[in-house]
Amino acid sequence: MSTLSAPPLKDERLSSTGWLTRTLRRPALGSLVGAIVVFVLFAITDSTSKHLWLSSTGVAAWTQQAAFFGIMAVPVGMLMIGGEFDLSTGGMTGFTAIITALLVGQLGWNAWAAIVVTVLFGALIGFINGYVVTRSKLPSFIVTLATYFALRGLSIGGVLLVNHGSTEIGVGTGTHSGMESAKAIFGSSFFKSPSLPSGFQTAILWFIAVTIIAVWVLGRTTFGNWVFAVGGDLDAARNVGVPVTRTKISLFMATSMAASLVGIISFTQSSNAVSEQGVGYEFYYIIAAVVGGCLLTGGYGSVVGAALGACIIGMAFQGVIYSGWDSSWDFTFLGIILFLAVGVNTVIYRRAMKARR
Amino acid sequence: MSSPLLEVREISKYFGSVNALQSISLSVNAGEVTCVLGDNGAGKSTLIKILSGVFAPDTGQFLVDGAEVKFGSPRDARAAGISTVYQDLAMVPLMSIWRNFFLGSEPTKGWGPFKRFDVAKAKALTSKELRAMGIDVRDPDQAVGTLSGGERQSVAIARAIHFGARLLILDEPTSALGVKQAGVVLRRIVQAREMGLGVIFITHNPHHAYPVGDRFVVLNRGQSLGNFSKKEISREDLVRLMAGGAELEALSHELERPLLDNPIAEAQENA
Repeated sequence: MSTLSAPPLKDERLSSTGWLTRTLRRPALGSLVGAIVVFVLFAITDSTSKHLWLSSTGVAAWTQQAAFFGIMAVPVGMLMIGGEFDLSTGGMTGFTAIITALLVGQLGWNAWAAIVVTVLFGALIGFINGYVVTRSKLPSFIVTLATYFALRGLSIGGVLLVNHGSTEIGVGTGTHSGMESAKAIFGSSFFKSPSLPSGFQTAILWFIAVTIIAVWVLGRTTFGNWVFAVGGDLDAARNVGVPVTRTKISLFMATSMAASLVGIISFTQSSNAVSEQGVGYEFYYIIAAVVGGCLLTGGYGSVVGAALGACIIGMAFQGVIYSGWDSSWDFTFLGIILFLAVGVNTVIYRRAMKARR
Repeated sequence: MSSPLLEVREISKYFGSVNALQSISLSVNAGEVTCVLGDNGAGKSTLIKILSGVFAPDTGQFLVDGAEVKFGSPRDARAAGISTVYQDLAMVPLMSIWRNFFLGSEPTKGWGPFKRFDVAKAKALTSKELRAMGIDVRDPDQAVGTLSGGERQSVAIARAIHFGARLLILDEPTSALGVKQAGVVLRRIVQAREMGLGVIFITHNPHHAYPVGDRFVVLNRGQSLGNFSKKEISREDLVRLMAGGAELEALSHELERPLLDNPIAEAQENA
């Protein structure tokens, strides 16, 4: 394409969309402003004697929480852009931790083998979710709600059955092959120092990695283009030859595999898993995605926004503690944040939709 | 003379006992516009679906470049260079123009797991193709939903041409548009014709069809009322034929109220 190398003609009217308009059109803007506001707010209300909020201890604390929410919020946000919901995500994070714990603790598997099986299990559940949704044409809200209850029952009943009546599965005191290296990769910490003996959790690195991959996939790959299309207008996407079913199933699989990652991280951190862990968290992921500018109806949103949304939730949980408030206020706080963010995002969305003036 | 780009001879289509189309013939040459006119229920949609490969006709011949073909799917038709721009346009309103332009056929670069959407190329090609059609969009990053109806049709036409269409089938491209926007689309039709493409322009509006058409096929209740070249029919005749001729005259007699001979003089007198 030699013609392409010619310098593009300048359209004098292009200047009408300056950088400010472009910035204001970004779906992640609301969550960025929100994150800054929340950070500053807790810096002010921090009532700890050493002003922990602004210290490395404080940052390590909220980023750890944010990482656990964010690893899920990013794929959940992508799934929402693709026009679907997954309510089984919270239960999946706990259930996959149990699978890894059972394989290592009860069956004495090598930790890495258990991790591979856990990820494959996540892929399978995601495939089932996606397959049933695309085949039955039922709302994913209902289909994944069914998955959620099925998994929740299994995570209590099944564990009680194989674990001699206890809902907690640990690996005991003995050594397990591969456990050391798996812990180093998934469940350890970095940047340890005298002032911060526990360091930062490796989960944070996974969170950053998941976000970078998602940004690349969504913005720079063919698949990413299809994700926007299937969420924006399913029929149009099908008409131009987008493999609609494959795209949606892949999104469900990515979401469930991310849940496996969270399960693996939480198991390797604590060397045990408890039934019903993660139950109820699915709403935090959805809140993070919505705060990040993902439209509930699909077709529009940002994974950077979802990641920032997860940071806001992480900050909220930690900030309420440091401010010396009762932790019950977490929920009220999140409710207000959600409401404000949706308001701001609606303005941004409308602005993006009326680019013509 | 070379054979027409597309020709159908005496095609019919039945749905159970319903005669959706009966012995319809039409042809379109490269660099020509054939207009298919008809009211609601005339069989236009069935005809489009046959031409674009959605249905096979029950009887009759379908020829492309003079050779008989049987399309099994719209994909076959597209492979033969027949591209249909539907009313719904197959575009996602929330997505930018360049993302829409290449949706489903994205250019890629890189290799293996690093194979990616060639964004720079997609943007550059979109701008180039739109400019080649004289379509002036300020910003290819703009969402398609923010374009006017005429601009959206123009982008859809430019996309079909870019992906190798030799024959464009346009399904009621002007029907939902205001006068000015319809004019934009009619200009695109003329441009496509000038570029040497064949165009089948389906409409119920003879005023839109007449200025751009070379041939006119009028459908009524699944039957052809005639197949005319522009020389053979005047705009008035086309309008009358389209409207059902005598039927409409009777109707207008019934609906019109008697007018005063000179309403202005009358008004001045009363003042």
